Amino acid sequence: MKIVKVYGSGCKRCKATEAMVRDTATQLGVEIDLQEVTDLQSIAMAGIMSTPGVTVDGQLVHAGGLPDAAKVAEWLRA
Amino acid sequence: MSTQTHEPHSHHIPSDWLWYGGTLIAAVLWWWLYNQLIPFANWVTSLFPVAPDSHLGEAIAFFVYDVPKVLLLLSGIVFVTGVLRSWFSPEKTRAILAGRREIAGYPLAALLGVFTPFCSCSSVPLFIGFVSAGIPLGVTFSFLIAGPMVGPVGLGLLYGLVGWQIATIYLVFGFSIATVAGFVLGRMGLEKYLQDWVRDLNAAPVHALPDQQMTLADRLRTGAEQVQEIVGKVWIWVLVGIGLGAAIHGYVPEAIMLRVMGGDTWWSVPAAVIAGVPMYTNAAGVIPIVEALLGKGAALGTTLAFMMSVIALSLPEMIILKQVLTLRLIAIFLGVVATGILATGYLFNLLL
Repeated sequence: MKIVKVYGSGCKRCKATEAMVRDTATQLGVEIDLQEVTDLQSIAMAGIMSTPGVTVDGQLVHAGGLPDAAKVAEWLRA
Repeated sequence: MSTQTHEPHSHHIPSDWLWYGGTLIAAVLWWWLYNQLIPFANWVTSLFPVAPDSHLGEAIAFFVYDVPKVLLLLSGIVFVTGVLRSWFSPEKTRAILAGRREIAGYPLAALLGVFTPFCSCSSVPLFIGFVSAGIPLGVTFSFLIAGPMVGPVGLGLLYGLVGWQIATIYLVFGFSIATVAGFVLGRMGLEKYLQDWVRDLNAAPVHALPDQQMTLADRLRTGAEQVQEIVGKVWIWVLVGIGLGAAIHGYVPEAIMLRVMGGDTWWSVPAAVIAGVPMYTNAAGVIPIVEALLGKGAALGTTLAFMMSVIALSLPEMIILKQVLTLRLIAIFLGVVATGILATGYLFNLLL
């Protein structure tokens, strides 16, 4: 099971990104462990500078702005 | 970009052309609308049963001319800026600044502050990302001051509503304040006033994302999304600002304006700076007010100080930064930037 973390301090886009990941996972039938990281210290510690940031199994795949829907599917499928 | 990256994305091609064509049509439409502003405003104003030279008539005329004008300008500027900024990212900016000698770092940071896309909600991670990469605190401050202070929205609207001369003065002095304030703050050795956890932080190295290959259509789409998001968020501030501007334009007598915001009143500049701090609006909301103030004979220095204070010294921004800076450091930061703004205000009141 993939561990997907969405880093963001509660901004609108961060929430939207999280919803996008969850919906895409459901659509694809992929089981994921989705975690929301809102603590600024943890965001900084993870080396993320622009939120929302997304990591899949510890690998940074996205930083800043709403991700592309096709990209989200790609992360989850791979 | 090699020639062999033929990925199965070719189905994007027709939609790419939609973007090119759509942008072209939007630009032509924008230009046409922009040229209809005066007849349109005259027509709307004539619908009101008010004498055009009455207080109310003047206020209405200001409002109905400025609302479509500011919204059009705002959309255009945000779109172009959004497209330009798609070439920049905080990660790239950080890499550029981290490898720089300190002195060249300040103006460069101020310049990058204008072009790097970041929202105030991620200014804390950004701050930490910069500091943990060894970018000096002062250089980081130059970046953070320049971003809002000389943002393209403020400059563009100033250009469109007040004229290029004042827009240029604002650009030069806003940029100088960001550079010099960063330099001064950097000389003060303020690292000890960071919050403890920031100083002790061993942040992971910022991962560089693989450079995303955006097509031109992707960049245009980014610009359009920005327009939707920003105009959708700030239109209410624009209306409030223009409403205030209209009230000033229609009702405030010039004699009072000269007494309160005139160049001969020594306290007008500090008062303008203080008045600006709690006002939380963005450039799009404040420039119609600036337009009305200048039109009524307010001194340029006082007005510039007011505008810079509203845009660059904002209370909510300080509250966000409180998570990484101690109160003492915030106070020093505010003091240094405010001094720069005061100096600019007095300088122009003396010169003109």
